[in-house]
Amino acid sequence: MMQVVSVLAYLLLAPLAGALLDGLDRRVSARMQGRQGPPMLQPFYDLKKLFTKQMIAVNSVQMLLNLSYLVFLAVAGSLLFAGADILMCLFILSTADLFLVMAASSDSSPFSTLGAGREMIQMMAYEPLTLLMAVGFYLATGSFQVGDIVRMPYSAVLTMPGFLLGFMFITAIKLRKSPFDLSTSHHAHQEMVKGITTEMAGPTLAIMNIAEYYEMVLMLGLMALFFLNEHWWSWPVAIAACLVVYLLEILWDNAAARVKWRVLLDSCWVVTLLTGGLNGLILMLVR
Amino acid sequence: MAIIPILIAWPALMALVIPSIRDTAIRGRVVYLGAGVVMALAAFLLVGWLQGGGGILDLVGPVPVIDHLMLAGEFALMALIVVLCIKYKKYPVILLSVAQTVLMAWSELTNPVESPTHLRIDCLTMLMIVIVAMVGGLICIYAVGYMKAYHHHHTEYRDRSGFFFSMLFFFLAAMFGVVLSENLIWMYFFWEITSVISFLLIGYTHTEEAINNSFHALWMNLLGGLGFAIAIVVAAQTIHTVQLNEVVADGAVIPVVLLAFAGLTKSAQLPFSSWLFGAMVAPTPSSALLHSATMVKAGVYLLIRLAPAMAGNMTGMMVSFIGGFTFIAASMMAIAQNDGKKLLAFSTISNLGLIVACAGIGAEETIWAAVLLMLFHAVSKSMLFQAVGSIENCLGSRDIEDMHGLLLRLPKLTYIMGIGIAGMYLAPFGMLISKWVALRAFVDANNYLLVIFLAYGSATTMLYWSKWLCKLVSLHHTKVQVTDVTRKDQYFSMYIHAGATLGLCLLFPLVSSKVVTPIIQELYGTAHEVLSMSVLTTMAIMLVSVLFVPALMFLLTRSTHRDYVPIYMGGANEGDNTYFVNSYGEPEHLYLSNWYLRFEFGRRRLMRPGVIISAGVIIVMMCVIIGGAV
Amino acid sequence: MKKLAKSPWMLHYDASSCNGCDIEVLACTTPKYDIERFGIINTGDPFQADILLITGGVNAQCESVVRQLYEQMPNPKVVVAVGICACTGGVFKDCYNIKGGIDTVIPVDVYVPGCAARPQAIIDGVVKALEILEEKRRNYKEEKKEER
Repeated sequence: MMQVVSVLAYLLLAPLAGALLDGLDRRVSARMQGRQGPPMLQPFYDLKKLFTKQMIAVNSVQMLLNLSYLVFLAVAGSLLFAGADILMCLFILSTADLFLVMAASSDSSPFSTLGAGREMIQMMAYEPLTLLMAVGFYLATGSFQVGDIVRMPYSAVLTMPGFLLGFMFITAIKLRKSPFDLSTSHHAHQEMVKGITTEMAGPTLAIMNIAEYYEMVLMLGLMALFFLNEHWWSWPVAIAACLVVYLLEILWDNAAARVKWRVLLDSCWVVTLLTGGLNGLILMLVR
Repeated sequence: MAIIPILIAWPALMALVIPSIRDTAIRGRVVYLGAGVVMALAAFLLVGWLQGGGGILDLVGPVPVIDHLMLAGEFALMALIVVLCIKYKKYPVILLSVAQTVLMAWSELTNPVESPTHLRIDCLTMLMIVIVAMVGGLICIYAVGYMKAYHHHHTEYRDRSGFFFSMLFFFLAAMFGVVLSENLIWMYFFWEITSVISFLLIGYTHTEEAINNSFHALWMNLLGGLGFAIAIVVAAQTIHTVQLNEVVADGAVIPVVLLAFAGLTKSAQLPFSSWLFGAMVAPTPSSALLHSATMVKAGVYLLIRLAPAMAGNMTGMMVSFIGGFTFIAASMMAIAQNDGKKLLAFSTISNLGLIVACAGIGAEETIWAAVLLMLFHAVSKSMLFQAVGSIENCLGSRDIEDMHGLLLRLPKLTYIMGIGIAGMYLAPFGMLISKWVALRAFVDANNYLLVIFLAYGSATTMLYWSKWLCKLVSLHHTKVQVTDVTRKDQYFSMYIHAGATLGLCLLFPLVSSKVVTPIIQELYGTAHEVLSMSVLTTMAIMLVSVLFVPALMFLLTRSTHRDYVPIYMGGANEGDNTYFVNSYGEPEHLYLSNWYLRFEFGRRRLMRPGVIISAGVIIVMMCVIIGGAV
Repeated sequence: MKKLAKSPWMLHYDASSCNGCDIEVLACTTPKYDIERFGIINTGDPFQADILLITGGVNAQCESVVRQLYEQMPNPKVVVAVGICACTGGVFKDCYNIKGGIDTVIPVDVYVPGCAARPQAIIDGVVKALEILEEKRRNYKEEKKEER
C-alpha cells in the first residue's frame, strides 16, 4: 500500500518538484551573478508555452524516442520509490539515457550528434560510481533493496561518507551542471548550440524537460538514501541534506567553467576510485 | 543412447562427403540437410534424455580400439601441423605440437590408466550440445548463402567453399566430442582437432595476413594444448585417473591449474587474446562459429567444469583475475574499433572474460551467471556476426562509419543488429541480468577487485555498444543506393536467432529454474534459487517497459501531426540535410563520425601493458601454485 | 501577460552587423539590464526560439541563412530588427552587396532603430514584440481549431 502511494506520489509530484527546484536554481544562480532573475514559477511558464507551440520535427522517430526516455525515467524512479532493487533502478536509468542519446543521434545533425557523443562519454564517466554505490549500500546494509536500506537503525552516510562525496561529484553530470555540462546545458550560447536538444522544439522539448525533472528527483532520492533510517526524523534531515547538496551543485555550476571530455572522464574515474573504491574496500574489509 | 555416437559421426561424415560435391546448388542442399539432421539429432537426444528423467548418464566403457585410433589420430594431426609448418616456414610451432603428442603417447603407453566411462551426459553437457547444434547448425545454413555472395565479391580468393563447409561440420563434430567426453584423453583429442580446424579456417583465404594469423592462433592454442597434455600426464601419474570429474572432485592442484591454463588460451583471455581478433580475416560464418557456439566456448566450458575445484584457492584467484582483467581491458580496446567484426571480437573476449571470472570464483551464484552468460552470448553474438557479415556483403564494407543511417538503407538487417546489440548490454536482456547477479556474487565472494573491474568494465561496454546503435539509428539520407543482397537462408538463420534472443529474454525465469539450476545442482550437489521472487517481479516490470514502451509510444506518436523542417546547420543547410554551404558558397557533404578515442583506448596503447600484466600474473601465479603443490 | 509572453526565448542572429548592436544585445543579459527577469533566454537555437532578433542589414551571403533560420522556428514567432542597419540597411543601404533591411527577406514585426541601439531600446522592442507574439498565439490557436 505504502509502495503504491509513494510511486504515485513520485509519478505525479516529481515533475512539480523538479520544476520548482529548477525555478529555485535559476533564481539562486541569478542572485549569485548579481541579477534579479526570473520568477520562481518560470519553468512552469516555459513548459506551458512549449506545449502551445507548433509541432515541428526533423524526423518521425525523435518524439517516440524522447517519450521512451521519459517513460523509462519514470519507471526507474518508480522502482526507487517503490523500495525495489537499487541496481535494477540504476540499470534502467542508463537504458533511459540511451534512449535520449538515440533520440539525439536520430536527427543526424552535426550539433546533436556531437552532443550525443559527449553524452555517452558522460554516461561512461558516471556509471562506475553508481554501480559501486549500489555495492556500497549492499555492504553497509546487507541488501540491495531500497526498502531495507531505509529501514536501517542508522543512516548509511555514517559508514559510506566516501560514496556520498563521489555521488555529489557525479550528480553534477546528471543535473547538467558546469563543469560537466558537456552534452547540453541550460545556459545560453554554447559552442555546439544546444547539444543533444538542438533539434527538439516545442512539445518535444517540453517532454525532454519533464523527463529531466523526473531524473532530478530520482537523483535527489538516491542522495536521500544516504541519510534515511528507521527514525522519523531522518526524513526531514534527508530532505534538508538534499537541498544543501542541490545548492552546492548550483554554487559549483556558477563557479566553474566547462571542462573538456578528457578532464571529465579522468576526474570522474579517479574520484570514483578514491572515494567509492576506497570506501567500499574498507567496508568489505571490516565486514 | 545409441544416438550419441551418431551425433559425433554424422557431422564428421558430412565433412567427408561435402568436398567431393562440385555443384554448388547440390552442395547447398546437402549442407541444409546436414545441418538439419544435426539439429534434429540434438533435439532427439534432448527428448530422449528428458524422458529418461534427465540426470547423469555414463556411456561407453573401455574400448581400447578407439583409444588407439585416437592416438593414431593425434599423430596424424601432428604430421599435418609439421608439414604445414615446414611449408610456411614456421618452425617453432613444430616443437609445441611434437612435444605434446609425444608426451601423450609416452604417457598412454607407459602408464595406461583404466577409464570406466569415456562419455557422459549431464545437464551442462546437454545445454552445450543444444547450443552447439542449434547455433552451429544455423550458422552452417547461413554460410551457404553467405559464401556465394562472398566469392561473388572477392574474386581474388580461390573458391574453396567445399573445404570450408567440410571444416564447419568437422568443427561441430569435434565440439560435440569435447563436451561429451568424460575421459580427459578423449577430450584432449577433440580439443586438438578444434585447434587445428580453427587454424585451417583462419587461413582460408591464403593471403599472407591470413596465414600469419592462422599460425598465431595455432601456436597459442597448441600452448594451451601442451598444458592440457601435461595436466593429463600429471593426473595419470599422481592420482591415477584421467576422468574429468574425479580430477575435479580430488581437487588435484597441478592438473587443475594446467587445465585452467588450457581453458584460458582457448577462451582467448589475455595474454592470449590476439589470436581471436586475428581470426577475423576468415569469412564471417567461421568467425561466428569460433566466437559464439564453439571454440571459445570449449574453453569456458572446461573452466565451468573445473569451477568447483577452483573455489576459494589460488587457481581460482588467478583465473578470476585474468577473467576480470580481460573483461575490462578488452572492453576498453573495443571503444577504439571502427571495424564491425573487430569490435565484435573484442566484445567476445570481454564477455568471455566475465564468464571466466565467474568460473574462477567458483561459487554457485557465479556459475549460475556464467552459464547464463554463455547461453545468451552464444545466441546474440552469432546473430551479430551474421548480421555484420550480411551488411558487409551489401555495403562492401564492415566499417561502422559506413553504417551511418543504415536503418533507412537496410532496415531488416538493422533491426536484427539492434536486437543483437540490445541483447548484449541492455536491461532486461539476459546478459545484463547475469552481470547483475555476477556483481552480487563477487561482493559475496569478497573479491573487491572484480567488483571494480565489473563497475568500470560495464561503463566501457556501454559506450562501445551505444555508439554503434546510435550510428545505426541516425536517420540520414544518402544518395548512394544499396540493394539488400542477403539471401533467404541467411535471413532464415538470423530470424531464428532474433526470435531466440527475445524468447530467452521472455522465458528467463523458466530458463533459470529449469536449465541452470539443475546444472548447479549437479556441479555442487546443492542449489538454491539465485533470483528471488521480488527480483523476478522487478524483471517483469522491466520487460514490459522495454518491449512495450517504445511500441506504445510508436502508436501514440504515429498519428501526431508534424511539420518537417531541415536540421540545424547554422542556417547553411542546403535543404536536403546532406549538404551544407561551405565558406566558398559551394555545397559540401556532411560527414558525421563516432568517437573512437584512439589515443586513449587504442589497441596500440593498451594491448602491450595488458599482455605484460596478464602474462606476468599467469607466470608468477602458476609458479607459486605448482611450486607450492610439488 | 499570458503564456507565451511569460517565456519568450530569443535567437540572436548577426546578419552583417558591425558588432555594435550585438554588444548592446549581449549587454541586455548582464546584471545591469538582466532580461532574464522577463523569462527571456538568449537561446542559440532556432528550434527553441520564439523571437528572432537580427542585427545588421541583409547581404547576399546571409540571405538564405536568415530565411532558413526563420523557417526552422516553430509558430508562433516574431522578428525584431535591432539597429538602423537591420531596419533599413542604414549607411550601407546602397552598397553593392547589401540587399537592404531585414524586411526585404522575412516579415519584421518590431523595428528598433539606433546606431547602436541602446539596451533600453532593445528591451522595449522585445517587450513590444511580446504583445505581438501573444496576439499571434491567439490567432495560431484559432487557426488550429479551424483546421480541426
